[in-house]
Amino acid sequence: MISATDIIRSAAAEVCRPWLRHILPHADWTALAQAAPAEAWTLLAHWADTVQAHALFLDPEALRIVPVSTPVEAGRYPGLSPHIPSASLYERMVHDLWGHIADGATDLRPWLDHGNWPLSPPMATRPETRPPGGPPLLTGPEQDDAMIVPLGPIWGRLDEAAHLRLTLHGPYIRQAESLLGFTHKGALTMMRGKSPRTAARFAARLAADATVAHSVAFAHATESAMDVEVPQRAIGLRMVMMEIERIAVHLDNLTEVARLAEAGTVRTKCGTLREILLRATAAAFGHRLMMDCVVPGGVAADIAENGPETILRALGAIASEIPALRRLHDGPALSSRLLGLGRTPGATSGIAGRAAGHAFDVRTHFAPGYGSLLPRVAVLRDGDAAARQHLRLLEIEESLRLIGLTLDLLPSGPTTAALPQASGEGIGCAESSRGDVWHWLRLDHGQIAAVFARDPGWAQWPLAERALRRVEAEDVDLVRASLALPASGVDL
Amino acid sequence: MPNPDPPEPIDPETTATLAARLEAASQAHLGRALAIRHINTGSCNGCELELRALQNTFYDLERFGLRFVESPRQADVLLVTGPLTRNLKVALEQAWDSAPEPKWVVSVGDCAVDGGVFKGSYAVLGGTGNCVPVDLTVGGCPPTPARVLAALRTLLEANAK
Ligand code: SF4
Repeated sequence: MISATDIIRSAAAEVCRPWLRHILPHADWTALAQAAPAEAWTLLAHWADTVQAHALFLDPEALRIVPVSTPVEAGRYPGLSPHIPSASLYERMVHDLWGHIADGATDLRPWLDHGNWPLSPPMATRPETRPPGGPPLLTGPEQDDAMIVPLGPIWGRLDEAAHLRLTLHGPYIRQAESLLGFTHKGALTMMRGKSPRTAARFAARLAADATVAHSVAFAHATESAMDVEVPQRAIGLRMVMMEIERIAVHLDNLTEVARLAEAGTVRTKCGTLREILLRATAAAFGHRLMMDCVVPGGVAADIAENGPETILRALGAIASEIPALRRLHDGPALSSRLLGLGRTPGATSGIAGRAAGHAFDVRTHFAPGYGSLLPRVAVLRDGDAAARQHLRLLEIEESLRLIGLTLDLLPSGPTTAALPQASGEGIGCAESSRGDVWHWLRLDHGQIAAVFARDPGWAQWPLAERALRRVEAEDVDLVRASLALPASGVDL
Repeated sequence: MPNPDPPEPIDPETTATLAARLEAASQAHLGRALAIRHINTGSCNGCELELRALQNTFYDLERFGLRFVESPRQADVLLVTGPLTRNLKVALEQAWDSAPEPKWVVSVGDCAVDGGVFKGSYAVLGGTGNCVPVDLTVGGCPPTPARVLAALRTLLEANAK
């Protein structure tokens, strides 16, 4: 069999800064899909525009990112899912948004399109208007003795809207199937035809727990496409914001998991620390969640004059509680609930991946700015909920170190670069608290012609379906929280 | 642990309007406690992140007799976030139908007020009011916990009158 690298080498390519996007005829696209799993290439994202289907691969051996495309002919392209199962959700999304059919796809049931939009497919060149229809039905293995428990879309206490359908065997979950799309807001369509500066407001609102990460990835993609250098001070401030976001979201997660596990002390401590951090963040950057604080070209505003001090004081409060939080997580209240719960063997990214022995984190290689700080990627082995919470504590500690270093070395100077009315194509990434975020866009004279945003949720939901198998049904909320399952970022 | 923030003043005019509405409907006096059911109609999760903060020691909403519940059937208040996506309209209607009378509907966040930045998208209806009657709106993207708490306390006052 021809190797993935050989297929890429012989292909035509277009500039997609900072890489090349390889254009593959259908036969080569399929050959690549066949070769990828054997060579451990990971599918990072799969999406489309009106004329091509695109995929983004990670070649772990060479540590390089490989964008590839194939033409859509008469509305069809060869499906990736027969060879790469994780492509399936993306194929369903491509079908719902652009109307392209992935030939041979393992599953083409609707995913985002529940039959309620007035036009379809919304991203096609000429969407058709249509009468209101009904929501799609989930089909699972029907067995007479099986008990089906539908959860959601409105579910939990203060959670995102998603649907999970559990098939039970006694008290245990035999199968879990997710259906998303409830919070689909048409974000990609809203971004098209706008300047990156205007569209950044939508990137910042794809998923609020990763608002900085999505904003940074979107800004990188824009700056790559325009070939613009961002001032060093802005790069430093972005890193500070990203690490603050990671700490705040991890603290929120620790609070929520502790609430569900009825571990009152951890819940109170983490909730308090998070609030201290958010108040410091508001004082330093003007917004508690730092929404819209990162913009293409740099940052929206410089850090407040006493901002670094304020942030460092909050971080000091957090640092001093970490040993106690670690002890409490080893204590009986939490460990009895979390040990062995919701295992994710084979996870390759995000918290779930790193808690199960897989050290992928885009900060070490692909995200600008981090290189000289040598970010240390914490990795644990057990892959259960207990490991994930411990990993979050380790990651908080590393973020504390990175923020300290960055603020120390923060160069003076401007915080934005002017954006030209350029044409071009680019990709950007960031490591959010839930995993890797990727943005791709094509600019036509300074306006967005095509765009896609890949939230880590695309990898999280299929993983959750596996992690929930054989878990007791009453623990479903706890597993959901410990995996930090999102909706909005995936729903677009 | 820090002490809770001192409560902020609440707006007497809004309280009076809400109280009048409640009286006009000659609804029962419920006492000074409200059960709140959160309904996500398509939020980016920013509003939820801030609503979760209401439970921390700084805001401690339970000291005011406010608490989140997990079913609309136990709710006095439906607290709605998000730009009302077309895919969640039915879920909102169902929640509204199953919440007992008298009930309050509070739209939290620019999205729930009028669709926010997503206004005009094919996928959203834009604002809770497009589907169910709204009693109180709290703007902001997302609104700070302090603002949401002040609004909920206004409701509490009106409810106790
Ligand atoms: S108001 Fe802002 S924070 Fe709230 S859901 Fe809308 S975009 Fe998100």
